[in-house]
Amino acid sequence: MSGITPSQTVGPYFGIMVRGRASCRQVSDATAGTRITIEGQLFDGQGRVIPDALVETWQADSSGRYAHPEDPGAGSADPTFNGYGWAHTREDGGFRFKTIKPGPVPGPDGGAQAPHVVVSVMARGILTRFVTRLYFEDEAANAQDPILARVPADRRHTLIARHAGEGRYQFNVVMQGAGETVFFDV
Amino acid sequence: MDRPLVTAPPRYQRAPQGVHPAEDPAYRSTVLRHPLQPLVEIPQTLSEITGPSYPYDAVGPIADDLTRQHAGAPLGERIVVEGRVLDEHGRPVPRTLVEIWQANACGRYAHEGDAHDAPLDPNFTGSGRAITDEDGRYRFVTIKPGHYPWGNHYNAWRPAHIHFSVLGPGFLTRLVTQMYFPGDPLFPLDPIFNSVRDPAVRDRMVSSFDIGLTVPDWALGFRWDIVLRGREATPMLP
Repeated sequence: MSGITPSQTVGPYFGIMVRGRASCRQVSDATAGTRITIEGQLFDGQGRVIPDALVETWQADSSGRYAHPEDPGAGSADPTFNGYGWAHTREDGGFRFKTIKPGPVPGPDGGAQAPHVVVSVMARGILTRFVTRLYFEDEAANAQDPILARVPADRRHTLIARHAGEGRYQFNVVMQGAGETVFFDV
Repeated sequence: MDRPLVTAPPRYQRAPQGVHPAEDPAYRSTVLRHPLQPLVEIPQTLSEITGPSYPYDAVGPIADDLTRQHAGAPLGERIVVEGRVLDEHGRPVPRTLVEIWQANACGRYAHEGDAHDAPLDPNFTGSGRAITDEDGRYRFVTIKPGHYPWGNHYNAWRPAHIHFSVLGPGFLTRLVTQMYFPGDPLFPLDPIFNSVRDPAVRDRMVSSFDIGLTVPDWALGFRWDIVLRGREATPMLP
């Protein structure tokens, strides 16, 4: 046994690293599923935007499959879909992901989880990433989702992306204070 | 759903308290950027046990050599940084993306937000990436980064460090951290380094000088292993 390496902040200059990455496209013309755009802003404990954060997402394809060996359905995962999204927030704290609506995925009890995206937030001033989830307002399955069920009812709305027109969802993340987003220990 | 029934894969061990602090008032930027509400504990599902990968063929053959990205050689002390990505049980993490970014030898980042009055080096961008081999090994050639001041408090300076980003096998293993150099005089004064309270745990972020990695007449070598969260020994029943 050896101890895990501690996390440290990404600091203000991770853009140097992100800029060198190959591509952030998640969807091509051949990708199956409903095209969506997720847009949001990131806020601190005084309601100010956070313009220097790294927001990362991971999600299943439109059939609910993960392109990962741990998913027994990975063999039929959509090879044209990239479930990994990342974004450096803009000056207005904004981020945007052009992706597809994920399908339902298996839950911890043999049931299903409502369609969702897992989200990491890292930034200057964040020593270790914070993890949350994004659910979709127009999914009836949210009512039976085993993870949402663990969240106090009066805070669940912080995990629900609002339908903001054809194929568009709005999802703000509040690090602290009024309307604070639910973050997970997982 | 038309898919095989899922048997619960082994879960990842949770990080011990104190290894990953959420806030540190001495590091002022943390104050408004951490949640005040307790984290909600949730089970690990397929969504967290799976995770992203990166297109291996998009990592060029010299992406791990930060001294060969421009027409000329960067200024500063050339170094080799090598190590392995392991899990808590000492098992290698093969074929995973390791990325680094850093200041140049003068302590200046090639980033528009860095206003430190130290020269930029036209031959140094300060970003590299590598894919670990079957033994979890990575190796970078770079320049030893300089110290630099920051605005956290009066006369605040960061110990020399290289930022590391590792994907690991799943969403739960994602790690971004910093590698430090042995014996840095700024260690006792740096709130980011000391946000990890336990000195033994903190020391895991400090690389070792290694004469075996040192290339004669060319570059000093530093060794640094990165340990990610490991799986529990036996699968949990659903």
